[in-house]
Amino acid sequence: MSAKKETLGKTITVVVAVCLVCSIIVSGAAVGLRDLQETNAAIDKQSNIVEAAGLSDVAAGDIAATFDKYIEERFINLESGKYVDKPEEDYNMYKEAKNPEYSVKVSGSNVGFQQRASIASVYIVKNDAGEVTRIILPVHGSGLWDLMYGFLAIDADGNTIRELVYYQQKETPGLGGEVQNPSWKAKWDGKKLYKDGEVAIQVKKGDNANDQYAVDALSGATLTSNGVQNTLTYWLGENGFGPYLKNQTWKS
Amino acid sequence: MAEVKEMKKVLFGPILDNNPIALQILGVCSALAITTKLETALVMSLALTTVTAFSNLFISMIRKQIPSSVRIIIQMTIIASLVIVVDQILKAYAYEISKQLSVFVGLIITNCIVMGRAEAYAMKSPPFMSFLDGIGNGLGYSLVLIIIGTVKELLGFGTLLGFEILPLIQNGGWYQGNGLLILPFSSFFLIGGLIWVIRTIRPAQVEPKE
Repeated sequence: MSAKKETLGKTITVVVAVCLVCSIIVSGAAVGLRDLQETNAAIDKQSNIVEAAGLSDVAAGDIAATFDKYIEERFINLESGKYVDKPEEDYNMYKEAKNPEYSVKVSGSNVGFQQRASIASVYIVKNDAGEVTRIILPVHGSGLWDLMYGFLAIDADGNTIRELVYYQQKETPGLGGEVQNPSWKAKWDGKKLYKDGEVAIQVKKGDNANDQYAVDALSGATLTSNGVQNTLTYWLGENGFGPYLKNQTWKS
Repeated sequence: MAEVKEMKKVLFGPILDNNPIALQILGVCSALAITTKLETALVMSLALTTVTAFSNLFISMIRKQIPSSVRIIIQMTIIASLVIVVDQILKAYAYEISKQLSVFVGLIITNCIVMGRAEAYAMKSPPFMSFLDGIGNGLGYSLVLIIIGTVKELLGFGTLLGFEILPLIQNGGWYQGNGLLILPFSSFFLIGGLIWVIRTIRPAQVEPKE
């Protein structure tokens, strides 16, 4: 160790030089790759919607084209259930939940969040003839560890479940994480949401293959199962997509 | 010839004789968390090897300029920058995998192997040898990760790299997946077993009795 490199001036020069070079490299990488990353994130979301739409086989890898062809994003006012124009460019219902302009307080529910946006996105799936085949609703609610985000796909009758796809969750792998297991997801197909106008779908213990209002809970993951139940109860109820589903707005 | 021999020692030594996880007991934390699937273990190995190799290279290149009073911070800065670059590249080119690895790519910064090699080797050795040392240690880490990843994915899920090897009962096969192996802490048993095996082959690594 020579005494020279320990002077104050030298230390500062080296530190500043290293920081400069590093920051140039880091920001260069971040800026240079941003486009690719944003495309990836968008495709990832689209691929989950395409899966909920039951079009994964049709898409066969070409997610973006399938999405553009069959799926249309619409915006609804949750309170009235009516369609509204896209509020603004890049509107994201999860980010806007905290924006005072759109924020609505959630009370009397244990769904796991305190605010939601007043305007929600829905995805309308149409077939080649232009008829509505499925409605995809974004749902989220807390599981055991964190909020779980998913898409609930229902038939054009507004009452029959086709898919429940969770795309972002932090549940315990092998237990609560089984919300993403294909065999559990398959159990939702054909179940009914409402009975006499009330939310009737239940996640409960036991083999409920013949009960059209119940889905077998995940074993060893009671709190995750309860979370799924709370999520559906909230989002299908009066404060969620209830008015939209009752009016069957997509038919008009 | 001595040069080549030394290079071989630096490059291949850490794989069995001086394995960073099994002998130096460094970097165990990440080995627990991301080995449930072989694919994530492979990508993590690749990321860590790259970061260790290049951080060693760059630190060694400027080692004569680094004032010893701030050397740890300079090492951290270089390592952190490399990790961020790797993370950005993964997000751009391997989005699915980067989603699974999530926070663990960022945590390479705190992986003791990277810091340990920078401080113990790169600060004293010429750039090329340091680079080899980084690759060698990365490979040693990779070996352990790949072994654990293989065992955990095969016995836990009945698959390897996502391909079905042992058909699970849930999917109409005969194999009951071992739920214990899916959980992160089962890596402790596997690493323990691995250390036992390595020390049986290389008795010199056994610590002397006190």
